[in-house]
Amino acid sequence: MPVKGPIASGPLLAVSNLTKLFGSFAACNAINLHIEPGEIHALLGENGAGKSTLVKMLFGVLAPTAGEILWMGDNVRIGSPGDARKLGIGMVFQHFSLFEALTVAENIALSMDRSISLARVAEEASRLSHVYGLPLDPNAHVADLSVGERQRIEIVRALLQNPQLIILDEPTSVLTPQEADRLFETLLKLKAEGRSVLYISHRLEEVQRICDRATVLRHGKVTGACDPRAETPASLARMMVGNDVAVVTSEGTNTKGDVQLEARHLSVAARTPFAVSLKDVCLKVKAGEVLAIAGVAGNGQSELFDALSGEYPVADDNAVQIRQKPVGTRNINARRLMGAGFVPEERHGHAAVSSLSLSDNLVLARNQSDKRAFLGGGFLKIIRQGAVKAATKRISEAMDVRKSGEDPPAGSLSGGNLQKFIVGRELDRQPAVLIVNQPTWGVDAGAASRIRQALVDLAKAGSAVLVISQDLDEIFEVATEIAVICEGRLSDPYPARELSREKIGLLMGGMHGKTEGAGAAHAH
Amino acid sequence: MGIVEAILLSVITAATPLVLAAAGELVAERSGVLNLGVEGMMIMGAVCAFAATQLSGSPYIGVLAGIAAGALFSLLFGFLTLTLVANQVATGLALTLLGLGVSGMLGESFLGMQGIKLQPIAIPLLSQVPFVGPLLFRQDAIFYLSIAIVAGIHWFLFRTRSGLKLRAVGDSHGSAHALGVDVIRTRYLAVLFGGACAGLAGAQLSLVYTPQWVENMSAGRGWIALALVVFASWRPWRVVAGGYLFGAVSISQLHAQAFGIGIPSQFLSSLPYVATIVVLILISHNRRMTLINTPASLGKPFVPDR
Repeated sequence: MPVKGPIASGPLLAVSNLTKLFGSFAACNAINLHIEPGEIHALLGENGAGKSTLVKMLFGVLAPTAGEILWMGDNVRIGSPGDARKLGIGMVFQHFSLFEALTVAENIALSMDRSISLARVAEEASRLSHVYGLPLDPNAHVADLSVGERQRIEIVRALLQNPQLIILDEPTSVLTPQEADRLFETLLKLKAEGRSVLYISHRLEEVQRICDRATVLRHGKVTGACDPRAETPASLARMMVGNDVAVVTSEGTNTKGDVQLEARHLSVAARTPFAVSLKDVCLKVKAGEVLAIAGVAGNGQSELFDALSGEYPVADDNAVQIRQKPVGTRNINARRLMGAGFVPEERHGHAAVSSLSLSDNLVLARNQSDKRAFLGGGFLKIIRQGAVKAATKRISEAMDVRKSGEDPPAGSLSGGNLQKFIVGRELDRQPAVLIVNQPTWGVDAGAASRIRQALVDLAKAGSAVLVISQDLDEIFEVATEIAVICEGRLSDPYPARELSREKIGLLMGGMHGKTEGAGAAHAH
Repeated sequence: MGIVEAILLSVITAATPLVLAAAGELVAERSGVLNLGVEGMMIMGAVCAFAATQLSGSPYIGVLAGIAAGALFSLLFGFLTLTLVANQVATGLALTLLGLGVSGMLGESFLGMQGIKLQPIAIPLLSQVPFVGPLLFRQDAIFYLSIAIVAGIHWFLFRTRSGLKLRAVGDSHGSAHALGVDVIRTRYLAVLFGGACAGLAGAQLSLVYTPQWVENMSAGRGWIALALVVFASWRPWRVVAGGYLFGAVSISQLHAQAFGIGIPSQFLSSLPYVATIVVLILISHNRRMTLINTPASLGKPFVPDR
């Protein structure tokens, strides 16, 4: 598809002194940025650096507080996503803006400004998806699709507008390495057609691989603009983070002890139509080991966590063993009493109640396992405020939790600090078995390295640690053994140092069960 | 007219207000707004329709007044929950209480008055068909409207772009906003439509069902309509099925009581509720379809982050 309109000689998009204030907090502070026609431009930065806020302003979802946006040299005001699309800006969101209850074609039709029949939309979408190598079934319900397929809908939806600038917000965070490769091919094809891409990421390797230029944000300000290929990952990271991030060390061989956590042919039927069933999962974690489970989101990770932690006990008592005792039918508190600790995936509403204070959250998690320490005698079980406050303080200090005040509500902490507290809450008990789901999801690099180090240290001290994660960097940093989950099946474990990223990618893409079209051709 | 015909006619009359109110609420809920004020909007429709008919002498003016009253009441709900972002459940409950109170006050001077019934309109030729003719084609305008409205809603929701946008708003208002759909405007229109339908249902009560004004004459029908929407998994024709089933069982049990069948009347009175719930649960057993039809952002307030 040819790009419409003449290509101006100047930059396609230029942003000057763009600022967005939320109250007195500057999410974006006097940002300057320009994007040339036909380039892939990276926007780099940590979580909370202001990348998403910036692109939301470019796409008309947020209104800037101050500053100018120049589109092909003209000063424009982008008041709505419709305005942005009319100019020729398309966007692929990080958290997909798809409607699960609608079909692929309906989802695409919604973003069209003109009213076109669904059949025409489906036809055009099929054509585009073919041209750009993005296979899609227009009549499928989104709820039934994988994350990778959902992203393709977003991309096709953006392409239907024939945009000159396509913004992608963290597109590969949900993809297997192979799916990411195919995305890169699509992006290079777009670039070859003369379109520009604004590519938001915090993955340095990808940025170096496909981007022509990069702008780096930190704390809402531009801290550098560079050619990513001329930089080293370390120098890019410095621009992103400011000071060098502590490297997680797992030196020193862990002495392996007895099996502390085991799943024996664990099978669980899907609880809801959108859940994944677990199929004959076997795993063993010995004392001193960190077993990491890699996989693309939505392949049974949360179901596995639920079964291992006892949030949803399973039918077969022997299917889950903690410290060599069957616990399959027992609930989460019974498992905690046997020396296990659990950190679920969602910080807010699952691992912590946002509106309650840190100390209240501590009691909620440990009121059974640390009854004697935290609860007084008698029928009412009065909470020992002194002991709880002391433990809260101890955990905050041990994990370097930065908070306002002595005992603030959990919701007032930043994601990274709350996650440090939640992990610290379990570590404080020195659990013999720790199961963590997505330990550093959406957490800044400093907090992430702190948490990962703590997991490694716990294993070194003789505990068995199971980490479920989508982040391959994290997995390679902490794991001694790695297994991959795909469609509810768990692969055999491999020693971490014998496994390459490519091999993990193949396992993540599903060496069992269904694979799709071109992906299968790549994979096998 | 045979007894069977008479019974079927009364079933239609009993089911029409339920179908109307539930169809209107279905549209509001499909856009993500839970309006528990159906009962209140319905009773306001009933009293205003009756009063306007008495004052003007024309039941058609009454029908329009009923629709306007329901819509106006829903506008109040919309203003509170959409503009001021008040809690939808609490506001809906308040609306019902307010409607019951205000209607009692407005209707005081009309108590015991002889009503004017909305007369049936015979459709040429079709009304001559034996059995079916007198049943379906010699009905009042509100019955014809109720069927047309359900058909229209089905067509609108699943065949038009605006209907697609409305479903999108109900499924994920954040995503819809990001795509440039005006969430608040869509919801206002859906709530207004729901209110107009509830008002029309009320008009049917005081102009067709029992052409007079009695306090609390909606007698919980608004709540049944609300339940019908959920059990019909937000699908328009199922609302009709549920409404008619409920109407059929409640009329039959009345006849059964009149015949003096040796079953406690309390049990018979509960039959319509039990039968409707059982049948609708059975037809909505497909959980995947139910999930796909359930508006995921139902009852959640929307505040654009600007």
